[in-house]
Amino acid sequence: MSALIEFQGFNKFFGEAQVLKGIDLSVQSGEVVVILGPSGCGKSTLLRCLNGLEAAHSGSLRFAGNELLDKRTDWRQVRQDIGMVFQSYHLFPHMSVLDNILLGPLKVQKRDTREAREQAQKLLERVGLADKRDAFPRQLSGGQQQRIAIVRSLCMNPQVMLFDEVTAALDPEMVKEVLEVIQGLARDGMTLLIVTHEMAFARAVADRVVFMEAGRILEHNTPEAFFTNPQTARAQQFLEKFSFVSTLPKKIKELEPI
Amino acid sequence: MASSGLELLWVSLPQLGKGAAQTLLISLLSIAFSTLGGVLYGVLRTLGNRLVNVVLRVYLELFRAIPVLVWLYLLFFGLPIFFGLSIPSFWCAVLVLSLWGASEVGEVVRGALYSLPRGQREAGLSIGLSGPQLYGYVLLPQALKRMTPPTINVYTRIIKTSSLAVLIGVVDVIKVGQQIIERTYESVLIYGALFLFFFFICYPLSAASKVLERRWAQA
Repeated sequence: MSALIEFQGFNKFFGEAQVLKGIDLSVQSGEVVVILGPSGCGKSTLLRCLNGLEAAHSGSLRFAGNELLDKRTDWRQVRQDIGMVFQSYHLFPHMSVLDNILLGPLKVQKRDTREAREQAQKLLERVGLADKRDAFPRQLSGGQQQRIAIVRSLCMNPQVMLFDEVTAALDPEMVKEVLEVIQGLARDGMTLLIVTHEMAFARAVADRVVFMEAGRILEHNTPEAFFTNPQTARAQQFLEKFSFVSTLPKKIKELEPI
Repeated sequence: MASSGLELLWVSLPQLGKGAAQTLLISLLSIAFSTLGGVLYGVLRTLGNRLVNVVLRVYLELFRAIPVLVWLYLLFFGLPIFFGLSIPSFWCAVLVLSLWGASEVGEVVRGALYSLPRGQREAGLSIGLSGPQLYGYVLLPQALKRMTPPTINVYTRIIKTSSLAVLIGVVDVIKVGQQIIERTYESVLIYGALFLFFFFICYPLSAASKVLERRWAQA
């Protein structure tokens, strides 16, 4: 089976600084790949290149057999096939929830209004927000807004979904409701590329974990192998930092009498 | 004296009205062209094309640095001399006021678009919107709230500045007033009437701008 997404020797510069260095990564259809790594390692940039929000520099990036570095790439078409969800949701604040969701299907894909509405309704029910259809983004919690943002992407019927630290801006209470939605997509066999700092989630949802640092992929592994027995010292170090908090000794100190 | 003053005003009204209509027509046309040109300018400035930006910056600075009056003289007297092209004074006034107004409105539009979170553009692009769709459905509607109050202020300035048109021979409300004064020497009365005319046109506009600004600042 050929890969749906394939990076080969992929490079990206911001000015003089090279932020992605010789990336080789292929993602099969239906696979869930989680990209981990410290801040600034280039993992978000990698996703953004796939969506044409950042221009690539050199190397090769193929999607469904087409070379995206080709000048003739029709990014509007690619973006309909590759959905993207952002850290800060970026819902359109001047539109109702339903209008947010239908903008792409109606104006870009020119679909039938009734059919698109029905799909939007189904997706809203699926994420448990059918009653918010006519609300405006500012009336919703962060977790609700993020679930709507996911629906907005899904309603375009993409082949792949990219999640760029989608829970990083959320209160801990709301992280769960968003992760459950993503987990549901994974279960349905959707192809997902996920950048996250939620380690337990990464372990639960990933078919494969990619560990990046300083613009390079250092490690490719199954989640079990990566989390129990990382191959590189850098990955070990990275994981230790995340387990630091959970393994802190409890504070043992008598309360002083008032 | 008071009764004869009011009488004079009364008999002058049709004449003043004609001048006022001329002033308002110049203002309205200039406001319309300024708005269209300003939106175009604002959008073009946010596209990030270097050549377009340079050209528009030069245009902006020319209209910022050179007084409107000089532009009026330059086009009204200069065009016939240098290009053999003469425009009626009415249209010359509309042209200069529109170009000047468009640079002012344009900067407002640019600022409003620029102040939107970058994520709005990216979210719009990520669902496959084209450039015009992105501006039409996502960016400009959001910028509208930010740009309306300052744009109304530009409108009042266009209305006030239209009075300069008298200097290239447009018979506007000021010119008519001057003609009446030449005949009757009632300068206080006539200029008082002009004062009220401009005040009652411009004050509601700037009041509306304030109200909108306050209302939308809370939203």
